[in-house]
Amino acid sequence: MELDKFSYDNKIVRAFIIVTVIFGLVGMLVGLTIAIQLFYPALNFDFQYTTFGRIRPLHTNAIIFAFVGNAMFAGVYYSMQRLLKTRMFSDTLSWIHFWGWQLIILAAAITLPLGITTSKEYAELEWPIDIAITLIWVVFGWNMIGTILKRRERHMYVAIWFYIATFVTVAVLHVVNSFEMPVNWLKSYSFYAGVQDALVQWWYGHNAVAFFLTTPFLGLMYYFLPKAANRPVYSYRLSIIHFWSLIFIYIWAGPHHLLYTALPDWAQSLGTVFSIMLIAPSWGGMINGLMTLRGAWDRVRENVVLKFMVVAVTAYGMATLEGPLLSLKNINAITHFTDWIVAHVHVGGLGWNGFLIFGILYWVVPKMWGTKIYSNQLANIHFWLGTLGIIFWALPMYVSGVVQSLMWKEFNPDGFLVYKNFLETTVQIIPLYMIRAVGGGLYLTGAILMTYNLIKTAYSGKFIADEPAEAAPLAAVPAATSGGWHHRVLESKPVLFTVLAFISILVGGIVEIIPTFLIKSNIPTIASVTPYSPLELHGRDIYIREGCVSCHSQMVRPFRSETERYGEYSKAGEYVYDHPFLWGSKRTGPDLHRISGKYSDSWHYNHMLAPDAVSTGSIMPAYPWLFEQSLDLEQTAPKIRALRKVGVPYAEGYEDTANEALMKQATTISENLNMEGIEVAPQTEIVALIAYLQRLGKDIKSEKVAER
Amino acid sequence: MYKEILQNIDHVAIWPMISFFIFFSFFLCLLWWTFTVDRKYIRHMKEMPLENDKDNQLDLNA
Repeated sequence: MELDKFSYDNKIVRAFIIVTVIFGLVGMLVGLTIAIQLFYPALNFDFQYTTFGRIRPLHTNAIIFAFVGNAMFAGVYYSMQRLLKTRMFSDTLSWIHFWGWQLIILAAAITLPLGITTSKEYAELEWPIDIAITLIWVVFGWNMIGTILKRRERHMYVAIWFYIATFVTVAVLHVVNSFEMPVNWLKSYSFYAGVQDALVQWWYGHNAVAFFLTTPFLGLMYYFLPKAANRPVYSYRLSIIHFWSLIFIYIWAGPHHLLYTALPDWAQSLGTVFSIMLIAPSWGGMINGLMTLRGAWDRVRENVVLKFMVVAVTAYGMATLEGPLLSLKNINAITHFTDWIVAHVHVGGLGWNGFLIFGILYWVVPKMWGTKIYSNQLANIHFWLGTLGIIFWALPMYVSGVVQSLMWKEFNPDGFLVYKNFLETTVQIIPLYMIRAVGGGLYLTGAILMTYNLIKTAYSGKFIADEPAEAAPLAAVPAATSGGWHHRVLESKPVLFTVLAFISILVGGIVEIIPTFLIKSNIPTIASVTPYSPLELHGRDIYIREGCVSCHSQMVRPFRSETERYGEYSKAGEYVYDHPFLWGSKRTGPDLHRISGKYSDSWHYNHMLAPDAVSTGSIMPAYPWLFEQSLDLEQTAPKIRALRKVGVPYAEGYEDTANEALMKQATTISENLNMEGIEVAPQTEIVALIAYLQRLGKDIKSEKVAER
Repeated sequence: MYKEILQNIDHVAIWPMISFFIFFSFFLCLLWWTFTVDRKYIRHMKEMPLENDKDNQLDLNA
């Protein structure tokens, strides 16, 4: 039989590897910075572009999309060519994908510190960048499907299935969650409001973890772990069941991010049930990975690549057991909004994604440069620094989460909160924040060692840009090794396969999301809830810009410990004009949903200027720039128009008089402050922010008064 | 309005049952297939990641 001669494209893999390492270091450095800011707020230098609320999304985006994303592409481009015995479909598409993705990352690195954000977690980038992401993602998918179609191997290995599911699902998630109404080139409002926005966002957020951080890496695990261990996967049968059950179940579990919130109860319950079910496929995958090493555990002792991979798969197992447990309402009641969740995601991020990436890099770089790793010893030091880093990172955060949560909920025998002042619970956990930063520092140090080691490795070898290969063309391969007609149909038609995977992931989303939109009783309306005034709207956009949502929730859960501390629990109907929703997912500071009227305007003024002076020991950064910058009143009308288009009932023509109303309200606040000896121009940003804070929860309070 | 549309579909309640049935049977078939599939096929698939490397020796019997 005549064999085709061709070559594998290693250049594109090398490019993705280089940016993986660079952005890994950058993302971790930003992470370490914000970790230190949490006990040493002055590290932001009172500079708006480096303040916690703005660079926390920079950290998450850099790690998820730049570090893990680029690593995923490197791994996919490397393994896919070899599994399908062909070069990628088009080198041009590969490079468009590469440069397009890096430009998107650059755009994120510029816009996020500028405060240009939608505030939806892991989807913070504004609408022009969202469109760019869609286009580049399509290029990636096109290249991938093209490669599958021109393959020289009849059967698609399970890793490829995971890649296809990743492509399809991320596309759906990104498009649906990014529906937004532009105000101008750099600002938009979410198409959805309140509860619906929350549900769509966490359907996205949860599945971004599932299909960006998990499925592609399971595919990589199924390829690189057997490679590194030099033995086939433990059970290929299990991997097939793993795949279908994982993608079908995962998509339903999103609402577990919204337990005890104003989300309808049936949706919360569905989220919990499917989260528990997820243990089965997740552990199936973990067991399949670990059992691949059966009888070869002695190799793990010597082989640093295997060490990284074993810890990665173990961390995957831990995180995927912990996730379902956190989805139980009784456990969630204690853990939600605390550092426990932060620890949970970092076991996944540092352990599963990080360590699997390190393992793959230590394996693939020597391969591509035709050499051996420069220093095994250095790689071993990296392994131990990284492992200790994870432990020093996660353990204090688990303790912190439990300690703070119990303090929030502690009542004295007379029925009063023991720690009425939220700050007391914060001060308690600051030493734990310090230990966490040490953990992050260790982990980063390990990554720096790896960078040095990989560079030295590359210099000691010679890069194989086009790796020669040969294989029989597909038509010549007899179908003797096939797995029966039905499987042949499924697998030999990648398009059909893609459609089936698409249906599997779509059903969960449809069943959970659509009823919330269609059935009125899911969101009971409240008569006293009215749209924001123009000044409050500007204030809300400042709240979004500064990333206040990173540390402050706007969701009082129906627990006595919360209603006692904050006031009436939050209702779905209160959020009908919130584009986007700002419920938050973490309480580093107290909830703000009932903040209106709790403090005077001057308190807020002084507090934003110097939080530590007003509340001794506060770790909130100061916001001096809010006292210098003025509102852009030209944006008032476009904002109102955009919100009207997504359903906020501002009267036709209101935008023409909106600025008058704005100035009137601003002047009242400014005069109010004046009486207490504070000189401030009405157009200053702080005035708008105070107006917004004094509005939060006001509607429902006024309803109570009316009832009486 | 959409609610009305949904309500006006005849026997709308049967749809979730049908969906459940489809998915359940899909997984039953999947299980049946994975347990009955040709061993040669499974072996071929398992070897796939290891094939390309000249220095990788197969130890399928291990």
